[in-house]
Amino acid sequence: MQSAVNLWPLLGVVVVVAGFVLRANPVLVAVAACGVTGVAAAMPVMALLESLGTAFVKTRNLPLILLLPLAAIGLLERFGLREQAQSVIAKVRSATAGRLLIVYLFARESTAAMGLTSLGGHPTMVRPLVAPMAEAAAEAQHGTLPERVRHRIRAMSAATDNIGLFFGEDIFVAFGAIVLMHTILQAEGIEVNPLHIALWGIPTAITAFVIHAWNLRRLDAEIRREVAADAGAGKGAA
Amino acid sequence: MTLTIDHFYILVGLLLAAVAIMNLLDHSNPRRVTTALFWGLYAVLYLVGERMAPAAVGALMIGMALLAGFGGVKAGVPTTLDATERRSSAARLGNRIFIPALILPLVTVIGATVLKDVQLGGLPMFDPAHLTLVSMGCGAIVALIAACWLTRSTPLQGVREARRLIDAMSWAVVLPHILAVLGLLFSEAGVGKAVAHLTTTYIGLDSAFVAVAVYCIGMALFTIVMGNGFAAFPVMAGGVGIPVLIGVYGANPAVMAAIGMFSAYCGTLMTPMAANFNIVPAALLDLPDKNAVIRAQIPSALPILIANIFLLYFLMNL
Repeated sequence: MQSAVNLWPLLGVVVVVAGFVLRANPVLVAVAACGVTGVAAAMPVMALLESLGTAFVKTRNLPLILLLPLAAIGLLERFGLREQAQSVIAKVRSATAGRLLIVYLFARESTAAMGLTSLGGHPTMVRPLVAPMAEAAAEAQHGTLPERVRHRIRAMSAATDNIGLFFGEDIFVAFGAIVLMHTILQAEGIEVNPLHIALWGIPTAITAFVIHAWNLRRLDAEIRREVAADAGAGKGAA
Repeated sequence: MTLTIDHFYILVGLLLAAVAIMNLLDHSNPRRVTTALFWGLYAVLYLVGERMAPAAVGALMIGMALLAGFGGVKAGVPTTLDATERRSSAARLGNRIFIPALILPLVTVIGATVLKDVQLGGLPMFDPAHLTLVSMGCGAIVALIAACWLTRSTPLQGVREARRLIDAMSWAVVLPHILAVLGLLFSEAGVGKAVAHLTTTYIGLDSAFVAVAVYCIGMALFTIVMGNGFAAFPVMAGGVGIPVLIGVYGANPAVMAAIGMFSAYCGTLMTPMAANFNIVPAALLDLPDKNAVIRAQIPSALPILIANIFLLYFLMNL
């Protein structure tokens, strides 16, 4: 029984880990891992190329969600979409980067839980609207921001979109993950109501909201600290 | 007629072909020939990929990866309006500029919910297998038309702006695609089985809490390696969840499944392998550190994972 499991394909995993640790170009790492995995699984070269090609054609739907909105979003950016988003948020006195992102987290997670996963997203919401608004809120509070703080706010905006999406979508009963879990359990002879899988996701969904919202509150304190430290360093140099 | 995902493959193929040609003609791009070749190959794979021999597609994919990996994909100097012009245009258009940006998600949601059962001549209007993507494609087209109308510019200008954004992201655009290929190859080669074998053979599962912890952490680790929770779930559920948590400790299958999948998602938040969520946004937001989004997510992902272990332990026998 034990000898039936071939452990050699794990070399592909080793290549991925080593590649990311050594900070090699990720595209090269991925292709090298493909090669090593194929060899380790004793696939002939032509069979490996065929597997790669078939998989590549099959997964062409993945980049669509990124590429399709770019023309419209890019055009609107050219004519000031981000600037307008910033000037709107700068008028809201009580807005801080953290508070704004907590509101977005709530909106993203609750709409995803209702199955409306396409209401957010990095190309359509985060880059043109959420990140510029979060930056503008911090700027209205603190004046010009150091570059490092800007980058940190942008990264947190992207993180907030991901966390809201992940922990919201899985409590929507018609979502693919629920279907997948249901199918797998069924194949093992276990009958579960998909609605119960969705409902038992709610405790984690709430926990995830509380934990990330807490981290977003800490972001405001971090921005204040960084801006003060930067101003202090500026005076010291002058 | 049914609007299928294949129509949008052709549309994306044409967009990528335009990106290739614009780069080829742009002397401000230091590597304009290799850059054009890279996007041109990608365009070919979208336009006629399904009609090519699979081995040829595989070879072209490797060619693209080598071009990208050895610095062959660069950007030209973009011609944007300067900041004052942009601000005055924003002041002129006011909040109307948000309309096309909001049309995009709105049309997507309407397409995926209200219009999903609409039939034209006996056939569904949207491809039911890819409902969201097809709806989103329609949303993108409607939003582009609205944006052109509002700003009095042409769709060609839209393509130029798309090229500016694609150039800025460079090879990060194809990384999720190539990692998805690697994920499929991993499962074909039996990486999943090997990992499940190692976890179940070398870790003692003789207390309920340890078994729960191994299950949740295993989900996260496996997702970190594969970049996708959907690949981790069958392995860990089949290896630990069903035989040990349900079989030995009598866990409620719905709780085991729900919290297991969420533990996998904690892994997704911490891995560069989930490039479309973690690496592409870093490129899209012009962040110099490609791992900045992962760094921002770890302080949330780890506590959520720990919370999941306790939630599963206390809820599974309710």
